[in-house]
Amino acid sequence: MKGMLNRKLIAAAAGLLIAAALPAAGLAADTIKIGVAGPHSGDLASYGLPSVNAAKIVAEKINAAGGIDGKMIELLIEDTVCKPEVATNTATKLVSDGAQLVLGGICSGATKAALPIYNNAGILVMSPSATNPALTQSGDYPNFFRTIAPDDAQAQLDVDFALNTLGYTKIAVVHDKGDYGKGFAEFAKKFLEESGKAEVVLFEGVTPGAVDYSAIVQKIKQSGAEAVMFGGYHPEASKIISMMKKKRLDTTFISDDGVKDQTFIKVAGESSEGAYASGPMDTSSNPLSIQAVQEHKDKFSADPGAFYENAYSAMLAMTNAVAKAGSTDLAELKKVLQTEKTDTPIGSISFDEKGDAIGVGFSVYQVKDGVFVELK
Amino acid sequence: MFTFPEIKRSFFISLWFVFLTFPIMVVRVNSIEKTVHWRWENIFYVAVGSFFLSMIFRYFLHRREMQSSEDSEKEDGTGQSFIHDLLANPVYRNTLGSALMIFAIAFPFLFSTYQTNIMTTALMYVVLGLGLNIVVGLAGLLDLGYVAFYAVGAYTYALLHYNFGLGFWVVLPIGGLLAALFGILLGIPVLRLRGDYLAIVTLGFGEIIRLILENWGSFSQGPSGISNIARPALFGIDMSLNTAIVYIYYIMIIFVIITIFFVNRLQDSRLGRAWIALREDEIACQSMGIDKMKTKLVAFSLGAFWAGIIGVVFAAKTTFINPASFTFLESAIILSIVVLGGMGSIIGVIIGALVLILLPEYLRALSEYRMLAFGAILVCMMVFRPQGIIASVRRTYKYTPQNREEGL
Amino acid sequence: MDYFIELLFSGLTRGAIYALIALGYTMVYGIIGLINFAHGEIYMIGAFTAFIVATVLSILGFPALAIIVLAGLAAVVWSASYGYTIEKVAYKPLRHAPRLSPLISAIGMSIFLQNYVLLAQTSDFLPFPRLIPDFHFMEPVAHIVGTTDLVILVTTTIVMILLTLLIKYTRIGKAMRATAQDRTMAMLVGINVNRIISVTFIIGSSLAAIGGLLIASHIGQINFYIGFIAGIKAFTAAVLGGIGSIPGAVLGSVVLGLTESFATGYVSSDYEDVFAFSLLVLILIFRPSGLLGKVDTQKV
Repeated sequence: MKGMLNRKLIAAAAGLLIAAALPAAGLAADTIKIGVAGPHSGDLASYGLPSVNAAKIVAEKINAAGGIDGKMIELLIEDTVCKPEVATNTATKLVSDGAQLVLGGICSGATKAALPIYNNAGILVMSPSATNPALTQSGDYPNFFRTIAPDDAQAQLDVDFALNTLGYTKIAVVHDKGDYGKGFAEFAKKFLEESGKAEVVLFEGVTPGAVDYSAIVQKIKQSGAEAVMFGGYHPEASKIISMMKKKRLDTTFISDDGVKDQTFIKVAGESSEGAYASGPMDTSSNPLSIQAVQEHKDKFSADPGAFYENAYSAMLAMTNAVAKAGSTDLAELKKVLQTEKTDTPIGSISFDEKGDAIGVGFSVYQVKDGVFVELK
Repeated sequence: MFTFPEIKRSFFISLWFVFLTFPIMVVRVNSIEKTVHWRWENIFYVAVGSFFLSMIFRYFLHRREMQSSEDSEKEDGTGQSFIHDLLANPVYRNTLGSALMIFAIAFPFLFSTYQTNIMTTALMYVVLGLGLNIVVGLAGLLDLGYVAFYAVGAYTYALLHYNFGLGFWVVLPIGGLLAALFGILLGIPVLRLRGDYLAIVTLGFGEIIRLILENWGSFSQGPSGISNIARPALFGIDMSLNTAIVYIYYIMIIFVIITIFFVNRLQDSRLGRAWIALREDEIACQSMGIDKMKTKLVAFSLGAFWAGIIGVVFAAKTTFINPASFTFLESAIILSIVVLGGMGSIIGVIIGALVLILLPEYLRALSEYRMLAFGAILVCMMVFRPQGIIASVRRTYKYTPQNREEGL
Repeated sequence: MDYFIELLFSGLTRGAIYALIALGYTMVYGIIGLINFAHGEIYMIGAFTAFIVATVLSILGFPALAIIVLAGLAAVVWSASYGYTIEKVAYKPLRHAPRLSPLISAIGMSIFLQNYVLLAQTSDFLPFPRLIPDFHFMEPVAHIVGTTDLVILVTTTIVMILLTLLIKYTRIGKAMRATAQDRTMAMLVGINVNRIISVTFIIGSSLAAIGGLLIASHIGQINFYIGFIAGIKAFTAAVLGGIGSIPGAVLGSVVLGLTESFATGYVSSDYEDVFAFSLLVLILIFRPSGLLGKVDTQKV
């Protein structure tokens, strides 16, 4: 308890120092401005706000350590509500305000709408959570990087796991109709059908936020599926899995990175035991990951939310690239990001030419005794 | 105002708010680690805040009541407001109009790209508001699914561009007409519903359109949306992003002017008068020989037409669309523009759109308190100016207390 | 056949959930003709209050039964207070305003309350404690009707009966009906209309709080946005049944719940809402005042 207090005091003192340092730094125009764009209000706020916290923590830490080459980090936090039209306004605002880097785009759709504007201004954008494959693979967005695996990579991993490790032949694919969940589910369905080893007995979307999921659970039961592959985020996943247990249905539950979140276990409780989810490799034993989570607990006295570690890693990768490149020029940053490795909570990462992270490594986790345990 | 009973009342109100906000503001629990975080300092903020806010709130309420009683003495609102006076005089109107015109033309050169961009958005909502104003303000049909027609326009352009490579100017009329057609298709079965039943059916229709766009992946690419939509072309000139933003801004300025002209003429036309008559009393209107169905359908499809046009512009402006832009909240915002501005009043709707669309942008300074402030402002504006910022003159003229009761 | 029965009960549970929220909508609409968009938010606040109180009490080591009762009570008290306050702040000054002004005020209130809870609490999803333990005797049928399903069904039925009795036979119920029929006339015969409206908001909000408690323990999680979707659905149900009518709200909710359940079961859950709204349109075309709504004859 005392240690907590001390740390809080230190954090507070650091905060004060930064607050005192900021205006001075602003006057000298010697700051590095990082835009943080994402949904900070509305239904998707719970996926956007954890990234804001991550950005604040990393920025504070770097500033307390003297900044990057003496330049302080200044955060420009702007709401996109995950709507394309608001995201474009946000993008022009960030460009007008002189942002040099952007952390964000939480939803793939809003990110796609905003990227041309950032690209036009030569701003590097790194997303912790936009998983649409086209963002990197289409080549339309040369300034885009991400610290999360695209939908197809995750779907491939989960499908291989379900078919080869678990040996299932009848699989129900369910998604939440969102761009993240449905993207994942469509790839999963495609890979399952291509493999020829299993049959997709059900492919359906549930309505996020619905008050009850018993009908879809009964339908899964009726379909005779051995496993449910779910594409989407943890709130829907925990509702479905709890409902499955309530309806005494023991079908295996396999899901994606949006579900591999401690909140999933907290909310679903005992029902989550035995569920599988894919996510970045061995984060739990990575000291940086433990540290990142602890820093969040100290500063906000709460557990971090969705994509917190991805955002934390993106901040580290971007700031590191700036430090190495000595500028915020897009071409130079890209070169550093593609060649240098950065130690982050999700692993030691660099990026490929298209902008996807290399070295994140994905593996499948299973919930055992209330924690995600990596399956080797 | 600051008499003892008033202060006492505010004191009790602040006590009440302390009680009211206690669980949400003060207690914060972590049910996993079994810890409770008591934030006692919030009691103080709530108490002081609600004390002063309640005083201000009641002061303005009091003033509003004084004003409205004065107004009714003044023999129902001739010379409703300063702005109406101003507009009644052609000299003033023309000076004001040309000043505004010059400002609008100079705008992109005076302000940053960001300002131009959000102004374009605001102008789009001006047109949307004016379009919905035909349906709600003039014809008195409460439409909660207006965004559906907007979506039809946007997807028309996106899909025609994606599949057949058609350009902005070609699709523009197609988008509008298609939306109008949807308006008629929806209108035929539902327009015989009254009041709030019509409202909920239109809400349902808006949701149905959005859900189809979301689920019918092979048609609309589902939630991942359609990207790389072309911006409007100008004789095949390749434009930089900034020029393109300015170009769309000017397109919108022209659209706004055209829309104002049309709506203004419509209002005074035979059709416009029929709408207003229909809004005020359906049965009397029918007995005057007006075809109720046809008149309503025209209103509905005209409103939809404008939404479709702006939908096309929307797709061209953001270059990416997905169903997330066409939720019920969007319809609610457009409706708020019409009501907040003053139903049936063109200037009111314009001001309403500028306020409601620019406000959240300028409230960005409040960062996380942005939407909180937006909600509060919406409530306060309605409470203090229930008839809208600029009430339609004709409307207030018609209102007598008996009408009011019936209208509820 | 088993599948049919399973879907039937899924639909009934869903319908009962909608009904708890729809009753509040329909009461408020019946009295002042306002679509109270903030009603969903009151339900959300009820769930939050119950969550906070239940967690605090369980940390303090209260027995399970006491937690249920006290959390439920707190949810009711605070939700009712919110309902009462919202009416006084956002709707009462608009009593004589144009018809749509209170509607916009309600939308503003809804946005305000969502963000208030978002800022004061958290944006994250919170695990709602399982307040209702599994009954042992339910085990053989648990795959069809769970314990919480049963509790929700029973509660909704009781609430509906009590509410009907209240409206039909008590003094306040009579005053409410009188106010709903003709406010000016009610005032003339000595009914304190403002008080009746307040009472309506308090009762409606209390029902939403009970709904919040039950639904949150049914789905096991809450966040600041749960009120919005549930609110829209409940409102749809209220209109379907004939807005302003109490049995209508329940009937509409059940019809809506069953439609969604069977649409999911036999067609596809992708289009469950499309089915729900299409049904609404269809029913309103043939019965323009909803299933049990009174057909207004227009006065000339």
